[in-house]
Amino acid sequence: MSIWGWAFIAVVVFFGLAALYLSNTAGRLDRLHRRIDVAELSLDTQLLRRSSVAMEIATSGILDPASAVLLADAAHSAAAAIDERTQDQGKASAQAESILTRALDVALDEEEVLEMRALPAGVSLLEDLEAAALRVQLSRRFLNDAIRACRQLRGRRPVRWLSLAGRTPWPHPREMDDSLPESLSVTS
Amino acid sequence: MKVGIVCPYVWDVPGGVRSHVADLAQALRDHGHEVDVLAPLDDPDAAPSWVSDGGRPIAVSYNGAVARLSFGVKATRRVRAWIREGNFDVVHIHEPLAPSLSLLTCWVARGPLVATWHSSHERSRMLAAGYGIAQTAMEKIRGSIAVSEEARRTLVAHVGGDAVLIPNGVRVSEFVDAGFLDGVEPTTPTVLFLGRIDEPRKGLAVLVEALPAVIERVPDVVVLVAGPGDQQEQMDEIPESVRGHIRFLGMVSDHDKARALTSSTVYVAPHTGGESFGIVLVEALAASTPVLASDLPAFRKVLEEGRSGRLFPTGNAAALGEALIDLLFDEEARAELMRQGDRRVQDFDWDTVVDDVIAVYESVHLPGEKVTEDLRGQIVGRFARLPRFRGGTAGNTEIGDSMEQR
Repeated sequence: MSIWGWAFIAVVVFFGLAALYLSNTAGRLDRLHRRIDVAELSLDTQLLRRSSVAMEIATSGILDPASAVLLADAAHSAAAAIDERTQDQGKASAQAESILTRALDVALDEEEVLEMRALPAGVSLLEDLEAAALRVQLSRRFLNDAIRACRQLRGRRPVRWLSLAGRTPWPHPREMDDSLPESLSVTS
Repeated sequence: MKVGIVCPYVWDVPGGVRSHVADLAQALRDHGHEVDVLAPLDDPDAAPSWVSDGGRPIAVSYNGAVARLSFGVKATRRVRAWIREGNFDVVHIHEPLAPSLSLLTCWVARGPLVATWHSSHERSRMLAAGYGIAQTAMEKIRGSIAVSEEARRTLVAHVGGDAVLIPNGVRVSEFVDAGFLDGVEPTTPTVLFLGRIDEPRKGLAVLVEALPAVIERVPDVVVLVAGPGDQQEQMDEIPESVRGHIRFLGMVSDHDKARALTSSTVYVAPHTGGESFGIVLVEALAASTPVLASDLPAFRKVLEEGRSGRLFPTGNAAALGEALIDLLFDEEARAELMRQGDRRVQDFDWDTVVDDVIAVYESVHLPGEKVTEDLRGQIVGRFARLPRFRGGTAGNTEIGDSMEQR
């Protein structure tokens, strides 16, 4: 075969391989973006759940009025901030959630927790809070893991040069303080 | 919730991952969830109704031991049908990179997938499985669980990805008051070994080497050896003077394992490596049997650096012998270890552990969502396998493919 024939085959093979690689990578990107979408949704769901439990605690009448108002306000702002999330990559939401975490920590000091544990309603509220906070931590962790994988893939040169990710915005990890109130680990 | 669990190893033979899956399924059922397990089955009629047949297992060498796995066209078809008909809210895959039903499920399913990583692999093994395959599997999994810090570290370092740590659970109640084995006198100092007898990493040889010194001090000591393997072969290697003290139990059922633990004065775990968690240690604690174990990182963690069980330098038969003699003579120390063990084991009770697993399910599952077949994954999957035909690296998929061609 002539040199042109070989060159032709080489070109075909090169483009064939490039097409395989690109379609494969595009598939992976698509999958990761979907995973991020789902993970964001479930994080939002769990955050809403946490703020509603916080609201229930605030309105249960177990806390003193000052703590109750403080907690209710933080819970309300946190729930409201989730609706606005798409506009600023969740920055406001993260801030509101961190404030809620802080409010829970302050409102539920050790004495208050022991007092709540003495009431059946208090016990179930604390259990709900603990469960919700754990799910927030898990969801956020899984979301950030998906974001890390996605950013790694999107950082590759072919992906950037050919903008395989399309118009999907660059994903940002959601950083916030979602720790449990320390007093919850206290046992009477 | 309707949960599908995938176990890569054969259901009929007891093993770490397999009993983890069985206990998890039981605990989930106790919590009111609907569970269906997919596993390779030798004898489909013997399995409980909630275990689905993933196909007949084939013995292959994997992760340094002979494992019996299901793969190939037939197995893939079964996994597809199981996903399609199961209508699961969450599918929980164990050892997602095991070249068996687990890896197949990662490929053919999409939706809320959760994975549990059990073993601490070496890097080379991870890569032998094909980096692309590992990555595709990882990218589909929404939430990863590691059963030990070692397993988590492997995942972070070699595959890239995060996992939450949820330790193995033990059904503590099944080990409490299991009763004595026939022919074991409560007054006889009895030492127990558990594990494959022909698997060097389980460390039977270390125990045997320590025995002459122990017999000298405790002449009536009895050593129970429970685990599968060729007994005759092992007997030939054991010195004459020691043979009379050893009683082989062969492969034991879960219940007999509990009875063997209850019957023993001390449980010895002379493992020399390859253990990422040490579930048998927790089982011994649950049976209130004092534990003497080699100081592998995983064992040190379970035994709280020696607080809830004694440790000896890994592989050191002389140290094992001395520690064993000490424990056999010191009733007070044993009583203290039993007390600490009863406390420690609560951390590993399935009833506690399963709540964390359910939390993981709920944090990856959106209301109304189901696990479905991933048809596009098929096409991408073919692409990922292409390099093999150009003389690429030998991956574990090759085993499957060559089997298919037969």
